[in-house]
Amino acid sequence: MIQVVSTPQWRAREYRREQIFQLVGALIVLFALTTLVVLLTKILLDGFARLNPEFFTSFPSRRASQAGILPALVGSAYLLLLTAAIAIPIGVGAAIYLEEFARRNWFTRLVEINITNLAGVPSVIYGLLGLQVFVRTLMMDRSLLAGACTMALLALPVIITAAREGLRTVPKSLRDGSLALGATQWQTVRYTVLPVAMPSILTGVILSLSRVVGETAPLLVIGAVVYIGTLPDSLFSAFTVLPVQIYNWTTRPQHAFQENAAAGIIVLLALLLTMNALAIYLRNRYQKRLPI
Amino acid sequence: MKSRFGWLLASCVLSIVLAACAKQESGQQEQSTKATSTLSGKITIDGSSTVLPISEALAEEFRAQHRNVEITVGKSGTGGGFKKFANGEIDITGASRPIREEEDALCKKNGVEYIEIPIAYDAMAVVVNPQNTWCDHLTVQELKKIWEPAAQGKVKSWAQVRPGFPDEPLVLFGAGTDSGTFDYFTAAIVGEEKASRGDYTASEDDDILVQGVSRTKGALGYFGLAYYENNQDKLKLVGIDNGKGPVKPSRETVLNGTYQPLARPLFLYVNVKALERPEVAEFIKFALANAGKLSDEVGYIGLPEQVYELVAHRVERRIKGSAFGAHGSQVGVKLEDLYKIEEASEKSAQ
Repeated sequence: MIQVVSTPQWRAREYRREQIFQLVGALIVLFALTTLVVLLTKILLDGFARLNPEFFTSFPSRRASQAGILPALVGSAYLLLLTAAIAIPIGVGAAIYLEEFARRNWFTRLVEINITNLAGVPSVIYGLLGLQVFVRTLMMDRSLLAGACTMALLALPVIITAAREGLRTVPKSLRDGSLALGATQWQTVRYTVLPVAMPSILTGVILSLSRVVGETAPLLVIGAVVYIGTLPDSLFSAFTVLPVQIYNWTTRPQHAFQENAAAGIIVLLALLLTMNALAIYLRNRYQKRLPI
Repeated sequence: MKSRFGWLLASCVLSIVLAACAKQESGQQEQSTKATSTLSGKITIDGSSTVLPISEALAEEFRAQHRNVEITVGKSGTGGGFKKFANGEIDITGASRPIREEEDALCKKNGVEYIEIPIAYDAMAVVVNPQNTWCDHLTVQELKKIWEPAAQGKVKSWAQVRPGFPDEPLVLFGAGTDSGTFDYFTAAIVGEEKASRGDYTASEDDDILVQGVSRTKGALGYFGLAYYENNQDKLKLVGIDNGKGPVKPSRETVLNGTYQPLARPLFLYVNVKALERPEVAEFIKFALANAGKLSDEVGYIGLPEQVYELVAHRVERRIKGSAFGAHGSQVGVKLEDLYKIEEASEKSAQ
C-alpha cells in the first residue's frame, strides 16, 4: 500500500521502519564479516609460522616441518598459464562471433542457452568429462595438458558470458561511426569495439581464471597427483596444484600438517587476492584512457 | 591501441619464458644433486587415501636414494585406484581392503596380473567423550546394537546399550560412506559391508569427528587410531570385547591379533608387467625393507618382519593373485598365518 499523503505520523512510522531495516542489515553484515575475520584469524595464526622460504622451495614430505608447496605452486602456475592460453582465445573469439557477426536465429539462441547452462554445471562434472575425453580418448594421460583442457572448459562459459557483456556495453554509435568511415566489420571490431570492451573482458577473464586456481574437484577426478617429487617439465608431465595439496594435508591426523594446510591456504588466498586486485587495476587503468 | 595489445602479449610471453627458465634451473639443480644411483624411469602410484601417507613416505625416501626416478602418488580411493589399476593406467595401487571379485575379474579381462603386498596394519579406535564415566569397554554385540541399520531412530540412549548405563542421549560420529574405513567398520561390526544406520554425523574429515566427540558428553565415534593418538587429551578410548575380554588398540594388541575385529591390513597391489621394469622392482624391494619403520612413523602399525619376508618371497617367485581369494574386506585374518599357509601349499605343489 503506497501512501501519497505524507502525515507526520506516517513519516515517523516509516522512519522507525527504516531504522529497523538498517539495524538488521548492519547485523547481517557484522555476522558475515565476523565469520570471515574469525576464519582468517585462525588460518593466519595456524599457518603464519610455517611461511618461511623453505616452505616455498621444498617438495611434500611425510615430515610436516620439511614439507613444502613447490610442486603445487609451480603446477598451479603452469596450469593457469596453459588454461589461459587455451581458454582466452576461444572464449573471446566465441563471444566476438556471437555478439558481432552471428545472425540471430534458432542456432545462436540454442548456443546461448547452452553456454548459460554450462556456467552452472558443477565442476566435478567437467572433471568426469575431462577424464573420459582428454585423459582416456585423446590419450593425454593424467597430464598438465589434460588438466588445462578440462579447466579451460570450466572457464569458457564464464569468459564467453563476461566477454559478451563487455561487448554489449559498447555503444552502437561507435560501431556505426566506424562503419560509416568505410571500415570493414573486422576492422570495426578490432580497432573500435574490442579496445572499448577490453576492461570488462579482462575482468571476466581474470575472475574466471581465479576460479580455476581455486578449483580442486575436477582435477582430483582427472588424476592430479597428491605427491610428486619432480617439477612438471613438459605438457605431458604429471602435476599437482595448491588446492589439492591443501586438501591432502587437511586429511592428515597430525596437527603439524594442519598448520601446513593453513600456510598453504594463506598462499592461495594471497594469490587469489592478487589476481582479483589485478582485475580491478586493469579495469580502472583502461577505463581512464578510453575516449568515451 | 597497438601498444596496449603488445604490452599484454609481451607480459604473457615474458611470464612463459620466465616459467621455462625456472624449470630449466630446477632441472640443473636436480642434476647437480644427482645421487650415485643410475636407476631412472617413472612409477605411478594411486589408490586408497588411507594408504597414501605410507606411499608418500616410501616415495620420498626412495627418491632420496634414486634421484632420477620420477614417482607420482594419486588419491583416488581404494575402489577408484583398482579401477585405474585394472585399466593398466598405473603401476601400483594402494588398498585398505583386499581386492574384490569384480575388480579381479576386470583385471583378468584386461590382462592385468598383480601381486598382493600387505604393507601395514591400520587399527580403528572407538572413542567416547572424556566426561563419559560409565563406559570403558563395549562388546562387538553392543557396537552392533548401536550401529546396525535397524537401530536407526530407535537406539537413542546409552541406557539402551547396556543395562546400568545412564539415560544419556547417544550421539554418534562415524566415517563417511565413501571411505574404506566405513566399509571395514560395517563389515566387522554389523556383519555386512556398507550396512549402517544413517542418523549419525558422517564425515570424511576425521577432525570434524574428533571435535564432535570431544564436545558432546554422550558421544561415541570411530576412526583411525592415528587420529586418537594425536588427540588423546580430548578423547577417551574404549576397549573392544570380542568374547575374550576388553582389549584396547595398541601396537602390541594389533600385532598379536587380540585387538579384533577392528584392525585391518593395508595393501599395495603391483602390476606384474610393471614389476619387470627395474625401477618398479627396486621400489617394491625398498618398500618391503622400509615399510615397517615408515608405517610407524606416519601413524600406522608395521607388520612383523616375518610377514615382510614371506611377502618378499612371494614377489620373488611372482605369486600372482590375492591370498584373500578376491572377496573384499575380511575380518580377523592374521597375515602371517595366511601367507605361511600359502607358502606351504606352494612348496608342496613344487
